[in-house]
Amino acid sequence: MNVFAEIVVAIFIVVGASFGLVGSWGLLRLPHLMARLHAPTKATTLGVGSVLLASTVFFLATGGGFSVHEVLIVLFLFLTAPVSASFVARAYLRAHGDPAELPRAGEQGWASFAPRAGDVGDYMAASTSRDVRED
Amino acid sequence: MRTHALLDYALAFGFAAFALALLMNLVRLLKGPTTMDRVLAADTMVINVIALIVLLGIRQATKAHFEAALLFAMFGFVATVSFCRFMLRGRLID
Repeated sequence: MNVFAEIVVAIFIVVGASFGLVGSWGLLRLPHLMARLHAPTKATTLGVGSVLLASTVFFLATGGGFSVHEVLIVLFLFLTAPVSASFVARAYLRAHGDPAELPRAGEQGWASFAPRAGDVGDYMAASTSRDVRED
Repeated sequence: MRTHALLDYALAFGFAAFALALLMNLVRLLKGPTTMDRVLAADTMVINVIALIVLLGIRQATKAHFEAALLFAMFGFVATVSFCRFMLRGRLID
């Protein structure tokens, strides 16, 4: 491995580790969950992407050839991080959010607060109505 | 044996940073006021562990760890979504 590739790999590792550290520090430091959600889902994901890029360059430079594994992991992480962040925010709003304090969301209102069959609060009512519906 | 001093320093910094990040996540996991804080901390721990596995692969110059990293990514996502769905709906499979 030549010196140039080594410098590139080292820079990617250091940048990625810094982003990961900042993301976890934000998770520890920020005041409440809706603020805390930003740090790990953005900074840490970017840090892991940088580390995986370093791995790609390393195996290209040492003659290991190009492997799709890193690309697969990066793609998977970058696709799933927003989805899991959205799920966490919705579950938090459902449990602890106050609809009166949130900004207005059009005519339909917030989907996270819409009553639906099968919710936690009225389990019995939902199950009986489902039985009626299935008959 | 590899004798790349610069890469070794960078790898040492990376291991230390992600280990410290895991400790911070552990504090949040133990302290977190709400359940969703703990779920978010567990999700972040999974991502940091993926980074540690990849760094270990670079250090040992082997590609054997990528399947483990991929499995961690998949099961971490499934676990987070399952936790959130359980908190939203009270059950996972209807």
